[in-house]
Amino acid sequence: MAGEEDELPEETELSYDQKKEIAKWFLLNAPAGEINYVAKDLKAVLSDEEVYNEAAMEAFPVYNKSHMICLEMPSRDGDVIVSSYSEIAENEYIDPRTAQVAIVDHVKQICTKVRPANDEELPSLYIEEYRNALDAEIQRYVSESYPKGISAVNCVKGKDTEGPGSDFEFVVIITAMRLSPQNFCSGSWRSVWNIDFQDESQVLDIKGKLQVGAHYFEEGNVELDAKKDFQDSTIFQSADDCAIAIANIIRHHETEYLAALEVAYSKLPDNTFKDLRRKLPVTRTLFPWQNTLQFSLTREVEKELGLGK
Amino acid sequence: MEAALGLLRRMPPKQSETALSALLSLIPQHSSDLLSQVDLPLQVLRDIESGKDFILCEYNRDADSYRSPWSNKYLPPLEDALYPSSELRKLEVEANDIFAIYRDQYYEGGISSVYMWEDDNEGFVACFLIKKDGSKSGHGRRGCLEEGAWDAIHVIQVGPEEEEMAHYCLTSTIMLSLATDDESSGKFGLSGSIRRQMKMDLAVAEGHLCNMGRMIEELEGKLRNSLDQVYFGKTREMVCTLRPPAELVQRRLPDT
Repeated sequence: MAGEEDELPEETELSYDQKKEIAKWFLLNAPAGEINYVAKDLKAVLSDEEVYNEAAMEAFPVYNKSHMICLEMPSRDGDVIVSSYSEIAENEYIDPRTAQVAIVDHVKQICTKVRPANDEELPSLYIEEYRNALDAEIQRYVSESYPKGISAVNCVKGKDTEGPGSDFEFVVIITAMRLSPQNFCSGSWRSVWNIDFQDESQVLDIKGKLQVGAHYFEEGNVELDAKKDFQDSTIFQSADDCAIAIANIIRHHETEYLAALEVAYSKLPDNTFKDLRRKLPVTRTLFPWQNTLQFSLTREVEKELGLGK
Repeated sequence: MEAALGLLRRMPPKQSETALSALLSLIPQHSSDLLSQVDLPLQVLRDIESGKDFILCEYNRDADSYRSPWSNKYLPPLEDALYPSSELRKLEVEANDIFAIYRDQYYEGGISSVYMWEDDNEGFVACFLIKKDGSKSGHGRRGCLEEGAWDAIHVIQVGPEEEEMAHYCLTSTIMLSLATDDESSGKFGLSGSIRRQMKMDLAVAEGHLCNMGRMIEELEGKLRNSLDQVYFGKTREMVCTLRPPAELVQRRLPDT
């Protein structure tokens, strides 16, 4: 240190709301699957139950939806995905596959109970035909390609359409998460595909958003944050044919993206990283600390002669 | 305090500044501990007199002013400020010059600064800093990076000379973030920080600078490799665990 004691900053007591906003910030920025570890540390730092609880009530739902967490349904029918696309009410999320609505406790991150979805919450038979076919194809793709992936297809527009003649829109969600605290590692994959069925042009407009994250924190802290947008289209056909076409498009783009990520990683050591710091100087030898006088002379001469590296 | 450090380890590395100031406002009683244990991306100031940039850190700060290693003056000017002894200052000047060449060799650009001061144990402490902007718009030679920041902080404690040997304790912290954006892989970003320590007893025959320089070079190289292979490698492994590449997946025969 420069030798002086640091003066403590002026003690301005933070207001309740300020503390709450800070608490929410920490919770919302927790990496995938780590919010409970963050919560534990946060409680210790805050030492104020009331502020924490209120912050948690506000932050957990946002976190859960953006990370699209999967909660096991007590009816043992599988998992429900908590997302803005499946939200019926603040604590209610629909699982279209089993036509149930899950009631969840956001802060505890569990599904407390399920109830059957009522008619207003479910799509029409016509829509369900398409939704169901697509859901089955996506499930098949996910089970092949993701060791622990979970998917859902939600109708987000036009769910009451009775027959051809109108547009409707689905959102396909694929999510996979891995948490390995003993290995100080966590990761998440989120795919969100918007399928816009356009009646007039008889075309399906497909837009995808992939987001991959990974976190490794053994004696350090490193994070991967990768995302990509996609655009594609196919023709409006029967429910089964559409399902197969859409699933193929998704499979194609996601596989290609994974390969591109691999390429980006493999370019790191010798290309990308080099723009930050080389492994060795151009001379391919370690720096001659004892001979630097000579070195700097050479450098001066190089500069004068205009010799670049 | 443990909990505070735990929080910092989990927050996205690029948000470490926000996280730290949030913690400082929540637990101001621990501020000196937090500030000494956590490193933030380095700031830079221009020394107009010598026409060069220098790096700001706790080790060249006095009140709200910072000492330039080039002119040895505080900016903004400060009365009764702290300076290293003239002997140490000589070593400091030499260190800055040599380190600049080292920096050029490995970083092909960037800014470096070295600060030294006597400590209470008849030895001294030296702080070697490097800041590199490797993005396309900065000093990135190959134009690969949309964003690229490397901050290195090496603090080395040198013990008093005894029987022609001295004890060196080096603590190195590297903070980096890089991002690429292209057609096939979209937005790809890696960021992080690691810190390691290295202790050695070396003969002073070739001078302190030589010893310190070699230790820094060695540890910096190790950290760079570690970040690249271990740390980034683990994130890559995680992605492949979430979704294994196509070749490894049993392909189902298409139904007709």
